[in-house]
Amino acid sequence: MSERIEVRKTYKLFIGGAFPRSESGRSYEVAAADGTFLANAAKASRKDARDAVLAARKGFIAWSAATAYNRGQVLYRVAEVMEGRRGQFAADVQAAEGCAARDAQAQVDAAIDRWVWYAGWTDKLAQALGSANPVAGPYFNFSLPEPTGVVAASAPQDSSLLGLVSVVAPIVAAGNAAVVIASHGRPLPAITLTEVLATSDVPAGTINVLTGDPAESMPWLASHADVNALDLTGIVDPELAATLERDAAGTVKRVRRPERPDWYGTPSLSRLRGVLETKTVWHPLGV
Amino acid sequence: MTATLPDASPASLRRFLHGLPGVDEVGAHGRVAMLGTRSIKNQAKAWAIDLAIRMVDLTTLEGMDTPGKVRALCAKALRPDPTDPTTPSVAAVCVYGDLVQVAREVVGDRVHVAAVATAFPSGRASLAVKLMDTREAVAAGADEIDMVIDRGAFLAGDFALVHDEIVAVKDACGPAHLKVILETGELRTLDNVRRASWLAMLAGADFIKTSTGKVVPAATPHVTLVMLEAVRDFEQATGRRVGVKAAGGIRTSKDAIKYLVLVNETVGDAWLDPDHFRFGASTLLNDLLQQRQRMATGHYSGPDYVTID
Repeated sequence: MSERIEVRKTYKLFIGGAFPRSESGRSYEVAAADGTFLANAAKASRKDARDAVLAARKGFIAWSAATAYNRGQVLYRVAEVMEGRRGQFAADVQAAEGCAARDAQAQVDAAIDRWVWYAGWTDKLAQALGSANPVAGPYFNFSLPEPTGVVAASAPQDSSLLGLVSVVAPIVAAGNAAVVIASHGRPLPAITLTEVLATSDVPAGTINVLTGDPAESMPWLASHADVNALDLTGIVDPELAATLERDAAGTVKRVRRPERPDWYGTPSLSRLRGVLETKTVWHPLGV
Repeated sequence: MTATLPDASPASLRRFLHGLPGVDEVGAHGRVAMLGTRSIKNQAKAWAIDLAIRMVDLTTLEGMDTPGKVRALCAKALRPDPTDPTTPSVAAVCVYGDLVQVAREVVGDRVHVAAVATAFPSGRASLAVKLMDTREAVAAGADEIDMVIDRGAFLAGDFALVHDEIVAVKDACGPAHLKVILETGELRTLDNVRRASWLAMLAGADFIKTSTGKVVPAATPHVTLVMLEAVRDFEQATGRRVGVKAAGGIRTSKDAIKYLVLVNETVGDAWLDPDHFRFGASTLLNDLLQQRQRMATGHYSGPDYVTID
């Protein structure tokens, strides 16, 4: 049998359900943990970030209007499709992080479980975070959590799949649309995840994934007036994080500060609560 | 270019319009694509955005238009961005004839009021009805009339009927400017666009306008290119300068700037003012304002920072 021709990989961005090249035409080399070349990934520019926000705003309309129950089903479907690709994800994670095969597999399993965990929460948020409030007047008064809108997030630099899922899943489970910048050095598991998202009923624009340097695109997202919340988990430079927080204040965004959590720990509602707004309604009582 | 202009007789018009050189469709698309790659940045972009705002005919042509909506639109026409007083006013508001008076009361003489008339958008009514429609709009205070041509007659080859109708409406307009809507989306070929442009100009149009906005495709760059070439050739032949209005389907600043490049490269900067080139649009203005805010503040703006029309 003759030798196969090498299939060289140059991956693209994931914006509005499509896979466009970077508007800038740039790409960068992605190396494995041991330094060997893996693939080329697109290097997103500020205009790609802008396009992603536009797509997310469109996606938000459909996604936030879907019933919470339906959102849960769609997110569960993502976990289903990931389950079918466990092997590919494990190989991606192992190459990116240089860990043992068993650890890579454990991370993939935890990431799939995380999707399922958040999928279950979509139609229970109103019960857990909403309330019927006692008021001194002839009103029924209740508070409901509502999605804040478009959330821009920088995924963690180290945990290439579990960390990414832990950042993205709560954003969309709460009904928001996400623009997420994958780990700069380890983007391949995120790119495989986009292929899963494109084939699992998630409406176009709900999740948009950019690859490249977050230090380049995040400032544009932090100051963008059409972004409602900012997640700085993947920003490692404290000075950059402080600048981004200041920029976000210009349009009163919710900001989640950089953090280095234990991704394997039990998740909480904290990430969901951070991307929800509470709406309180006064409803006059009948006689 | 054709040396002698026709008189209004059917045979003369037909001979002249069919004698116009054919349009190279591939060439038109190619030229538009080539000009579309021009990069307009920084000060030039800021200038172009302000010019485009000044060229907008802010339009609402819906069955559900109310006096309140027209008043809100007029307020926006006068001060498109209340957060930035340096933003220029638009060229005109464009409404149905029965709402002209409402618009005029709000805008005074600070911006033009354009009315669509002559059984817009289909143009299917008798000449008497069309003329009455026009006279009423002018009497109510419209200083610009947007009329539609009878596409059925044009496609059937009855050029004289179309010609005479435009002449009659122009006469009914009195002092008001007449924009003639060709509805290029229904004319099928670029040759027809060139013929209809000439026909409208020969009949006395002050502006030729691409579309009603009710038919897809509405304004496209290559159709606008053909119309711009027609007004250029018409000026050379007669010395009269006719304006062009691209209406419908232009939604982004990027597209608007591409049109401005097209104008500059086809007819020159004499047309780069609101008296000779207009955009008929409703959503375009919001995008222009967001781009303007982006240039003023240094960060991207969003739809929450402009009005919902």
